[in-house]
Amino acid sequence: MTSEFEPRIVGFLCNWCSYAGADLAGTSRTSYAPNIRIIRVPCSGRVDPLFIAKAFQEGADGVMVLGCHPGDCHYVEGNYHARRRFAVMHRLLDYLGVDKGRVMLEWVSASEGARFARVVNEFTDQVRQLGPAKRPVHSF
Amino acid sequence: MSTYAYYPGCSLHGTAKEYDRSARLVCQALGLELREVEDWNCCGASSAHMVSHWLALSLPARNLQPVEKMGLETMTVPCAACYARLKDVSCELKDPEVRAKIGRVLGDQVTGRVTVEPLIGTLTTQEILDKAASLIVKPLTGLKVATYYGCLLTRPPKVAQFDDPENPQSMDRLLRTLGSEVVEWYFKTECCGASLPVARTDIVLDLSRKLLAAAKKAGAEAIVTACPMCHSNLDSRQGEIRGRYGDDFKMPIFFFTELLGLALGYPARELLIANHLTDALSLLQGRGLA
Amino acid sequence: MPRIGVFVCHCGSNIAATVDCAGVAEATRGFPGVVHAADFKYLCAETGQNLIRDAIAEHRLNRVVVASCSPRMHEPTFRKAVAQAGLNPYLMEMANIREHCSWVHADRQVATAKATEIIRMVVAKVARNEPLTAKQVGLTKRLLVIGGGIAGIQAALDVANAGYQVTLVERTPTIGGKMAMLDKTFPTLDCSACILTPRMVELSQHPNIELRTYAEVLSVKGFVGNFEVEILQKARKVNHLTCTGCGTCWQKCPEKNVPSEFDVGMGRRTASYIPFPQAVPNKPVSDTANCRSVRHLAAKERGEKLMECRVCEKLCPTKSIDWEQKDEIIVDRFGAIIVANGYDTFDHSVYGEYGYGKYPDVITGLQLERLMNASGPTKGEVVRPSDGKHPHSVVFLACVGSRDDKVGRPYCSKICCMYTAKHALMLKEHDPNIQTYVFYLDIRAAGRGYEEFVRRVQEEYGSTYIRGRVSWIYPQDGKLIIKGEDTLLGRPVEVEADLVVLATGITAASGAVDLMQTIGISYDTYGFINEMHPKLRPVETNTDGVYLAGCASGPKDIPDSVSQASAAAVKVCGLFSQDYLTTDPMTSVVDQMKCVGCFLCEEVCPFRAVERETLRGGKVVARINESVCKGCGLCVAACRGEALNLKGFTDQQLLAQVTALLRA
Repeated sequence: MTSEFEPRIVGFLCNWCSYAGADLAGTSRTSYAPNIRIIRVPCSGRVDPLFIAKAFQEGADGVMVLGCHPGDCHYVEGNYHARRRFAVMHRLLDYLGVDKGRVMLEWVSASEGARFARVVNEFTDQVRQLGPAKRPVHSF
Repeated sequence: MSTYAYYPGCSLHGTAKEYDRSARLVCQALGLELREVEDWNCCGASSAHMVSHWLALSLPARNLQPVEKMGLETMTVPCAACYARLKDVSCELKDPEVRAKIGRVLGDQVTGRVTVEPLIGTLTTQEILDKAASLIVKPLTGLKVATYYGCLLTRPPKVAQFDDPENPQSMDRLLRTLGSEVVEWYFKTECCGASLPVARTDIVLDLSRKLLAAAKKAGAEAIVTACPMCHSNLDSRQGEIRGRYGDDFKMPIFFFTELLGLALGYPARELLIANHLTDALSLLQGRGLA
Repeated sequence: MPRIGVFVCHCGSNIAATVDCAGVAEATRGFPGVVHAADFKYLCAETGQNLIRDAIAEHRLNRVVVASCSPRMHEPTFRKAVAQAGLNPYLMEMANIREHCSWVHADRQVATAKATEIIRMVVAKVARNEPLTAKQVGLTKRLLVIGGGIAGIQAALDVANAGYQVTLVERTPTIGGKMAMLDKTFPTLDCSACILTPRMVELSQHPNIELRTYAEVLSVKGFVGNFEVEILQKARKVNHLTCTGCGTCWQKCPEKNVPSEFDVGMGRRTASYIPFPQAVPNKPVSDTANCRSVRHLAAKERGEKLMECRVCEKLCPTKSIDWEQKDEIIVDRFGAIIVANGYDTFDHSVYGEYGYGKYPDVITGLQLERLMNASGPTKGEVVRPSDGKHPHSVVFLACVGSRDDKVGRPYCSKICCMYTAKHALMLKEHDPNIQTYVFYLDIRAAGRGYEEFVRRVQEEYGSTYIRGRVSWIYPQDGKLIIKGEDTLLGRPVEVEADLVVLATGITAASGAVDLMQTIGISYDTYGFINEMHPKLRPVETNTDGVYLAGCASGPKDIPDSVSQASAAAVKVCGLFSQDYLTTDPMTSVVDQMKCVGCFLCEEVCPFRAVERETLRGGKVVARINESVCKGCGLCVAACRGEALNLKGFTDQQLLAQVTALLRA
């Protein structure tokens, strides 16, 4: 085993699409990088930017937010709110000194187990390339 | 005085000299300065886009560049086919990738800022119509005409952005302003076969015959066009149509600028109306217009 | 102090093969608050559940973590299990170490470490769980049906027959909808009125049904089980309580030249009218825009002079004409709503190539239905509107306002292929010498007996089918010339016709979007209702207690509309079979001390669950209606003052998960 850097990744997954998509990856035995730790939320729109900032402050190397595809939100429009909030969030990340490549908002449906695995692998590689994150100094 | 870049196109330097002449005269009378685009080239109409997409875009694009250098914003185009090509490229140039690629082809920076409009559009704004009305010397009273826009001026609607695609009205408004009676007919934007005169003359004859017959049936004494290709087909094919189908229409075909010129007092001779292949002077003389 | 028990499931070998379950259990003993940990082969089995229940009692556990499969699988099972041991079911959390760990990671060391961390996060969360109680609210067992077409009629009858009270609101003066306008129905050629009118009569006489025609829904407040609805009863100027429907007023009304809506402009009606002879209710309304008496009274008020009429008033044997009658607003309570607002046909006047709707002999399919109908304006004689002559050659155009991006209608209207085939057949029955041509894009005849029907029309009835869109129609010598392309032959075609019938497509009913907004349900770009789930919940909307039927959610034929109506009725009966409704307790909650009343939450809430409450002292704050809230948490993330929280997924719970993971 090489002592390659293994990033710590927090994933906020909406219960109806992406969490179910991750379940499907499991039932289909589709393996993927083990770095992600999943936190179940009802909707991607539930994710407060504070959660993401807090994760970096506590030492995460990357944060993923996964929700239903646009138009498929269980709560009609929650993912649209997530998307809009995420766009604004990018500027805050700059201010905090967090590389934009360390956060990802993606859509994974309940039927996209393979896609879930692919997205997680790609993101893990991407964060691995970026190396360990520096903790933001600003407090909230 | 408004100044327009003027793109005559090949036809107006050849088969449609009378269109060029009358266009320049009426614009002058109406206070519009036309400045011919410097070093213009063929727009590529009817052949280039059959061969190469990028050639079809680059040829007309090259004509837009000098306009900016001349310090002008708007180009007016008498020929409907040229208008279709130039308007198409001005729409395409809104895409930065297309702009960059055409810039590379032409070896010059392309901005796509020039507005392209058809001459029939330039001459039918309310302001121009009012002005024309005030300058009429010889009203065309009693002249029954069918307005024929051809297939290219209004289509495709998303690109052409000119008048109603199925039932355009601008030429109708102009001719009514000049005092003539505009007949109701349904062939205003039908095809005359313009691009096929050499390859499939039979199709051109059939289509043109239908147009002439419909105009005649509608009670028109003459057809008015805004396109040198339409004019050429309808004007020059009447003999062949007689030979093939036996229909002898003797239908004079005018450019709208010619009738506008007549109404503004220019003599038919100066407007080169005698150049037409189907006699148009007799009709005008009969009405005291020539 | 939390006393947490952790139970690690082997799931046979599903988890145990790659995760050292005993080792994981052992590791969790050191987590904050954990007082007991155990592993077991199958926790979901009765023995496994007993193990948990016994441990709760023995170790006085007040929180439980079950580390096993996905909560989407067994959350209800384990909630029930802990509830049986006397614990609040919401004090149990699941750690997903199967789908998210053992099944996707082969390395035993990696999977074991990951499972431990997953449990650590869930332990941190469960420590902050609060007991939650599902609330029970009563419900009004009365149904509101919006729309009196065949879908609304069917739904109303089904629910009324089940013993519940129903109010049906219809905005026109009669029920029956589009189906009442049809002559025959495909593919069986049943007489439309013959099968529909008995249903209409049954509805009007049903003891459980209150019928409100000439009425519209103005506002909808409340939530499932408890809707408060304002209904506008438009003034009819006729007292329907005393009117006997004798017909004197509409026979004698001197204003006879109003284009008939029911005949789609093919016929005329009087100002005092019933739309058609079998209308239900069979009593007139006075169309105030055209009634001479109403116009006289209005002119008098403006100080102008207009001739007085009042013919109906003078002749009415029961003195039922009431000029003073005003629009009235009725407020009523309902437990459920079925939206069956139907459709309109596409307005073909945008098609310049078909004459902008200005050629009199270019008509729509619905207009042809009226011409073919024996009780229609021509008594069933199909004649040209321009000169009243019989057409000998009729051209049909399919897909007018369907499958056409150019006019913003890319969807298929589903019924036009069939009704066009029916029209071609019916015309041949009316006149065997008639020639019919059908221009079509594709024949879409999916349905029992549909394809066979179309084939019959082509083969037995000699209709000429030409595949291609018509590019141009123009009049010539009293006829219409139709030009198009036969795409199968690759040649242009030209047909001469006496009459052209456009198979205009289905669009959302006029005012549909306003209605959806009034009710608070979501709709697509075309104004059709979005179903809760397009496959599995096709008659529910995204608002609990509001159901849909018929063309409200897109093009449908009669059997599909009727099936949907009955399906919606069953949903309503299911709802009404309960004496109270249990609400999911995982809803948002407002800390009114922190709320500054900015109401950003109100803006983002997709379900209108945020209400305004005025506190003593006048401060206006948000309050969540728990019966309406679906627990998405949008408002929580939007709240700037941290006044909102989502029970079951609080900020504290989620942040504790983040911290527990990263600080370890």
